[in-house]
Amino acid sequence: MHNQSTGRGRAGLLRRLVALVAVMACALSMGACGSSSSDGHVIKIGIKFDQPGVGYKKSGTYEGFDVDVARYIAHKLGYRDDEIVWKEAPSKQREAMLQNGDVDMILASYSITDERKKAVSFAGPYLVAGQDLLVRSDNTDITGPQDLNGKRLCSVTGSTSANTVKQKFANEVQLMEQPSYAECATALFSGIVDAVTTDDIILAGLAANARGKLKLVGAPFTQERYGVGIRKGDTEFAKQINQAIRDMIDDGSWQRAIEDNTSGTGYTPNAQYNPPDPTEGEEDD
Amino acid sequence: MNESTSVLFDQPGPRGRRRIRMFNAVASLLLVALAVFVILRLHNPPDGENQLSWELWKPALDREAWTDFYLPGLWMTVKAAVVAVVGSIVFGIVFGIGRLVPNMLVRAVSAVIVEFFRAVPELLLMVFFWRWFAFAGLSSPSYWAVVGGLVLYNGSVIAELVRSGVGNLPHGQREAALALGLSPMQSLMTVEVPQALIAMLPATITQLVVVLKDTALGSIIMYTDLLQESRRLGAMYFNILQTLVVAGIIYFVLDWLLSRLAERMPALMKGRTYGNTVTEPTAPIAIMDATNANQIADAQEGERPYGGADRQFPDHYHGSNATTDHWQHAHYSHGHDRNHPVSHPQHPFPKLPIDRRETGKGSDGSPDDSAGAV
Amino acid sequence: MEAFLDLFREYDIPGAFWVNIQLTFWGAVISLLLGVILVMMRICPVSSLRGFATAYVEFFKNMPLTIIMVFMVLGMFGQLKLSFSDDFDINFFWLAVTGLALYTASFVCESLRSGINTVPMGQAEACRALGLSFWQSASQVILPQAFRGSVAPMGNTLIALIKNSTVAAAASVTTETSSVMSDMIEFHASQILQIFFIFALGYVILIIPIGLLTTYLSNRLAVRR
Repeated sequence: MHNQSTGRGRAGLLRRLVALVAVMACALSMGACGSSSSDGHVIKIGIKFDQPGVGYKKSGTYEGFDVDVARYIAHKLGYRDDEIVWKEAPSKQREAMLQNGDVDMILASYSITDERKKAVSFAGPYLVAGQDLLVRSDNTDITGPQDLNGKRLCSVTGSTSANTVKQKFANEVQLMEQPSYAECATALFSGIVDAVTTDDIILAGLAANARGKLKLVGAPFTQERYGVGIRKGDTEFAKQINQAIRDMIDDGSWQRAIEDNTSGTGYTPNAQYNPPDPTEGEEDD
Repeated sequence: MNESTSVLFDQPGPRGRRRIRMFNAVASLLLVALAVFVILRLHNPPDGENQLSWELWKPALDREAWTDFYLPGLWMTVKAAVVAVVGSIVFGIVFGIGRLVPNMLVRAVSAVIVEFFRAVPELLLMVFFWRWFAFAGLSSPSYWAVVGGLVLYNGSVIAELVRSGVGNLPHGQREAALALGLSPMQSLMTVEVPQALIAMLPATITQLVVVLKDTALGSIIMYTDLLQESRRLGAMYFNILQTLVVAGIIYFVLDWLLSRLAERMPALMKGRTYGNTVTEPTAPIAIMDATNANQIADAQEGERPYGGADRQFPDHYHGSNATTDHWQHAHYSHGHDRNHPVSHPQHPFPKLPIDRRETGKGSDGSPDDSAGAV
Repeated sequence: MEAFLDLFREYDIPGAFWVNIQLTFWGAVISLLLGVILVMMRICPVSSLRGFATAYVEFFKNMPLTIIMVFMVLGMFGQLKLSFSDDFDINFFWLAVTGLALYTASFVCESLRSGINTVPMGQAEACRALGLSFWQSASQVILPQAFRGSVAPMGNTLIALIKNSTVAAAASVTTETSSVMSDMIEFHASQILQIFFIFALGYVILIIPIGLLTTYLSNRLAVRR
């Protein structure tokens, strides 16, 4: 049977193999990058998919404070619910997604910073969050970052919040870095760390699902102005978004969205800065 | 691997059997004690909550968990794995052939590329591609980063498989092709490489197991694979240990099934090639040495007196052959290419499956499997 | 060029590689011990130990290392309270070493098992004729020869271990190469290619000599028959 196969037959096999490979690669890559068609009247919004209470994907729907604000803005801009295309905007990809037009705007716990303003523009802010600590409910001895000397703190790999604590408040703190806040919260539960740190709204979202076993310390020690990321220099769009945010704050939906997403955690936005006055991005810079 | 196949210890007598029974009892007790300790610790940890409570397991197992998290995650994992395997086969064939063509420059460039990507950890490749693709404005950068990292590493492994697969063919194949008037390149492309490809199919399936496991690295660069999705589910209900267990079981079952498939493949493929079909993708160790597939076959010819696994390397090496020009030739003339007619004057052709059935040897699969492949 | 040198000044790149080398070293030592124990269990007459060793190898061969690493931190440390030190950095380092060692041990066991079959039957028969027990013949005759016959697959396992040490990132080891590289790219995005090649070449330099040494040793150490 070896001897009967001709060179031609073998070459045919090779060709068939290559063709099969090519077809499969096509089929699968189409599935991979085939995004919904952007013709027609839709708005593409980048949010987080993995932060309960802020931006979270569940059962094909999206929930969280960022999502509520985004939905309100989209409605004000004249889009129905079924005309919103939600996209995941991981922290490190946000600028790139705006720059190459993957999304029209991003609400993904996106702090307004001068560094980022070199690449994109912001509208908002729609919330002034602050870095805070999440601790177990029975904890009494941690009341702020200065109490963390000799304690154990968890934060997410690549975030700067843990270093802020270490450098500014407690240089004796022991740091643990985990891939996501879920691991941090589990570590907090099991007692191997004493606190988790990041922006208070994110911590509140985590605490909301913790069956009352975790609480916020409630003493934010930084200000993170959460903005709506938009394409660089689109002042007209920024004005529309800012007006929508103002409306949202005025008609009480903003307050309701906060309460809905953080109920039972005792979280209140830092009253000194909230509700914020959205004026960002209306002038060219 | 029952006791009767092992000669390391005598067939135990009455006293030996008693001793073995006693050891067995002690060992089983120790293992059970370990398991009980772990379960108790999970049930009632020093501080923290009971990890065995249904409250934590239910959200990790209910319908919503499967439809919203595990299955979409699994689809992403499988999608990346399959595209990566297909891509690495293409990459492997191109660069494997690149390392065999007559042109010296092409050979050198292919060698550098293959050796480079075999040495760089996949995680570094993925992190690099992820950031790079994001800056370049590619959509879904983490997906392509995972695929890219997997393709380059596993493609290099497959390139080595192609190379050793060709190196391992009996020299007569090439001689016959040249005698028929084919050019060296034609001989390579129409006679040698196709046979090497069939010979390496089982190893490709084993490689799929590696790829499937390594897609889990994608979760470090935010690719929403099975591991990442189980993390997200865990973020909602604080049951990440439970969701990771479920994800781990899914990975295990898939990989285990694929491993079994890979083990059955060589028997199916043997009738279709002169090359050696092996399940383990063992690339040549020395940089310039393509002959180890022969050595693998050589090693596997031997008996397995202690019931161990197939040997991948023989107990004797003849130098790495790294500097031998005619390594293909050297191997059978030393008598280590058991498939080659020179080593078997009484069998002018390699043993066909039907031969194996007659002699009742069938060490590499049941006779029925081999017959099915004819 | 100046910017390139600044990268070395700002980040401790050799230090990052040193962490990976240490992870690899301890992982290799411990997995070698575990692998020898496992392979003894797999060929011993006690069936419960054989069963355990088989299950162990199958389990770790088919489980992604990333999950094992996460479990070392959240399961072993978080739930079972296995702790090496009160200092987090040291603790996570050793947890990562443990994870690497547990995972690699299954591959060491398989390599040794393939080496064991290079030992001719006559060796074991001679042991029995001399009246050696299982333990004596395995530890003094079979395994030493098996080691010499399994240098090549062990070398491949060691190379895989070096590369896998980057996954320690999943166990909170933040000073190893993949985390440092990720950090550097974050803050020096324009030099992404240079940064990648620094680290990639580092691994090439680490791994190619091991490949060559493996070939050399397997030639030298093989028992010629």
